[in-house]
Amino acid sequence: MSDRKVIDARGSFCPGPLMELIAGMKLAQVGEELELLSTDKGSANDVPEWIRKVGHEILDNREELGVWHIVVKKMK
Amino acid sequence: MAAKPIGIIVVSGTRERLQMAAMTAAVGAVSGSAVTVFLSMNSLGYFRRGNSDEAPPEGPFGELLSRKKAPGFRALFEQAVELGGARIHPCSMAMDVLGLERDALEPYLGEPLGLTRFLDDTGDAQVWTF
Repeated sequence: MSDRKVIDARGSFCPGPLMELIAGMKLAQVGEELELLSTDKGSANDVPEWIRKVGHEILDNREELGVWHIVVKKMK
Repeated sequence: MAAKPIGIIVVSGTRERLQMAAMTAAVGAVSGSAVTVFLSMNSLGYFRRGNSDEAPPEGPFGELLSRKKAPGFRALFEQAVELGGARIHPCSMAMDVLGLERDALEPYLGEPLGLTRFLDDTGDAQVWTF
């Protein structure tokens, strides 16, 4: 999707990627998609956990060359 | 079901404890818990307005923290307030001992709180001490 916002949190440690994603989510409209880039292994588990807990939708969660790409759709 | 409230008492001035307290506040607040932080003893001085002193490490992990790109404890506390609605209060006793007025502290801190009020406010919360 061309208008998907990318949040580049590569190099940041927990809970940096999560907090950067949440800051981006605050500014996003409902239905908007955001893609988080993270190199923090802990966040690869923690961020999807947060997304599920607060009720947003995970569209993708994959690792490519040590970078996790977590795509989330804002649901509320 | 609403997440259980979280109370956080911070008395330490060391890097690891301040970091863990800030992480707990930030992640708890953005995950739907009502978070109340009580800054007292050795922690409060780091929240003087404009203070950027590095907290001393307790051990090797604290040394590593400052070399890695971990978000700082002050930024995490501020994000807990801005993104998660956490309330961070300076301890009124610690302010008296340090001779601090409210205006000398970072603006994202709430009003000074006594221990009685904090314990009352967090009566139903899980309370963590750092």
